[in-house]
Amino acid sequence: MPLMSLTGNYAVAHAVRLARVKVISAYPITPQTTIVEKLSAMVENGELDAKMVRVESEHSALATVFGAASAGARAFTATSSHGLLYMHEVVWWAAGSRIPLVMAVVTRAIGPPWNIHVDHQDIFDQRDTGWIIGIAQENQEVLDMTLQAFKLSEDPRVYLPVMVGLDGFILSHTRAPVDVPEQELVDEWLPPRRQPYVISPESNYVMGNIAPDEVHFLMRYSMHEAMEAAKTVIKEIDKEYGEVFGRSYGGLIECHNCDDADYIVVITGSWSGDAKVASDMLRENGYKVGVARIRYIRPWPKEELEELGSRAKGIIVFDRAISMGGYGPLYSDVAGTLYSNGGKTSLVGVIAGLAGVDVGAETFKETITSIIHKIEENGFFFEPRLWLLPKDYSSREKMLEVAKRWL
Amino acid sequence: MVINLRKLPDKKYIMPGNAACPGCPETMGLRYVKMALGDNVVLVIPAGCSSVIQGISPYSGINAPILNIVFAAAASAATGMKAAFETMGRDDVHVVVWAGDGGTGDIGFQALSGAAERDEDIIYICVDNEAYMNTGIQRSSLTPYGAWTTTTWKGKKEHKKNIPMILISHGVKYVATASVGYPTDFIEKLQRASKIKGFRYIHLLAPCPVGWRFDPALTAKVAQLAVETGLFPLYEYINGEFKLSPIAKRYKDPSKRRPIIEYLKLQGRYRHLLDKPEEIKKIEEYIENTWKLIETLEESFAPGKDRGKKIFDAL
Repeated sequence: MPLMSLTGNYAVAHAVRLARVKVISAYPITPQTTIVEKLSAMVENGELDAKMVRVESEHSALATVFGAASAGARAFTATSSHGLLYMHEVVWWAAGSRIPLVMAVVTRAIGPPWNIHVDHQDIFDQRDTGWIIGIAQENQEVLDMTLQAFKLSEDPRVYLPVMVGLDGFILSHTRAPVDVPEQELVDEWLPPRRQPYVISPESNYVMGNIAPDEVHFLMRYSMHEAMEAAKTVIKEIDKEYGEVFGRSYGGLIECHNCDDADYIVVITGSWSGDAKVASDMLRENGYKVGVARIRYIRPWPKEELEELGSRAKGIIVFDRAISMGGYGPLYSDVAGTLYSNGGKTSLVGVIAGLAGVDVGAETFKETITSIIHKIEENGFFFEPRLWLLPKDYSSREKMLEVAKRWL
Repeated sequence: MVINLRKLPDKKYIMPGNAACPGCPETMGLRYVKMALGDNVVLVIPAGCSSVIQGISPYSGINAPILNIVFAAAASAATGMKAAFETMGRDDVHVVVWAGDGGTGDIGFQALSGAAERDEDIIYICVDNEAYMNTGIQRSSLTPYGAWTTTTWKGKKEHKKNIPMILISHGVKYVATASVGYPTDFIEKLQRASKIKGFRYIHLLAPCPVGWRFDPALTAKVAQLAVETGLFPLYEYINGEFKLSPIAKRYKDPSKRRPIIEYLKLQGRYRHLLDKPEEIKKIEEYIENTWKLIETLEESFAPGKDRGKKIFDAL
């Protein structure tokens, strides 16, 4: 299998090529753009036998691939940030229609002010839509997760669309060695397109007209059931992918140093790598810290986290998004899960890295150490929102000083 | 092309138990669409009256495969369906958008304009009942001047947006206007459009008894009066050639037109301006201006002359 130097975005494009997608539609937005550019080139030079529809907006992009998928074609789109918010209505419609579909989301902050750097506000905004949502840590996983997304979405036990998140610039525009599978192997591994129904002259099928309230309710219930089933399917696919292509990631979460850990860091996305480095450094200092990297925020890895929570002294959640007036979204889900543990585990939610503000391994190490100290001093520590404000802006006085310059 | 109704499919396309109001022009129009195009059709329907007319699933009041889609995405969803059929080697399937005036000229306009500019191989039908009827008769950009709606209680202050002209400016192959009052004319246009490849647009006038406030028995009559008064000229624009439809030709001559008051007085939405001659004059002026535009188009895009086509080709 050829090893290529690929950006995260090109890794997405190669996965789409390998999945033999038939209809692609997208609207350019930074930092998703190079996915569309690469796919356009692949279609134009004959590497990929697909129709590329260059639409006038993200709303139309998702509607176009949804239309194509409803008619029976494997279809793909990609977007970021404001583009994702603009298509939000169609995001719901596609999932509710139970039409298999794959979309790459290059995570990016939401304005104002305009900002093209990474945070997870955009992808967490889609959390309740009924899409399976995966978030990759590095470029190899971007390719593998995208390819797996087609199989997952088209599994009859699932039939839900799948989003693959990759962090803007950190992954999307940074090259790394990526093992690109051979087409023949992918063809053997990925079955032909399957979907619950097709809208065609022969099927005479109608989708989306008004249903009785009770049926509508049941459709939501069945989507939730499909999400639960997807937990098994994700693990199955992860395992068999490992057998065929040599890489497995552990299913819904990937654990690093978790086995004997007293403290578990819960995190998702590319900065999980920094957290893992911090965990290694902390181990050298005698702190037993593990990292549970959430690979899928939907379906939520409830069972895995319950298990980790039952044996850890403390859970520290890092969120790169915030529900203003509430909590970080990962934290909320973790807190909901740990309640089954009777609230015995110390729990801290850290809000950090918004709008692309960098959080390196050293910062992770310092933050985690200070939280561990609090837990060990008091025996128990609970703090749902700990703001890890940007360096040099961490006191109110300093914030005011900065504000004065702008006002 | 002469339409022989006997030779058209004798199938039930609009089923009993559908949820349309009495006198609904949309069920009339949908029936003509299926009569004209047959069964090799997939409908794409955005939010609007026709989303409701289908009735409650698992049943459907419309005997056709339908993809219901969010309001602003009809042209895009249709684009995707057509693309999918093409990748399967099924160029013969007609993907038909059936959208209201809001779904076409307002909230759905961006997607429509995009699909028209890309010359997507779909048939787009705007079923124009001149207001947001499904939500309860609110003003749209296609509501005519003076008409009462539940958001223009004293009458709309602006004239109707001219969507067919905007579509002609997109340089698409086929644009036509039609009225549910003239089924054979509409069917003929659908059949002609179905033989052309590329983006095709038909603007179908659909008088709504509920929203326009007239007797449900009069839908066809009101739809005919709109043409006979000269208010709604029927025409076809095919690949750079513009021509008035046979039914509409005589109304080029103002003396042949029925007085506009006959059309207005049948409709409760115009009740408040019946005793205001200056308001009626404004509508008459609108008709005059419409026909001036028609004359210009007839001249510029006269069949065989190729002048209009050259204008677009040069752009």
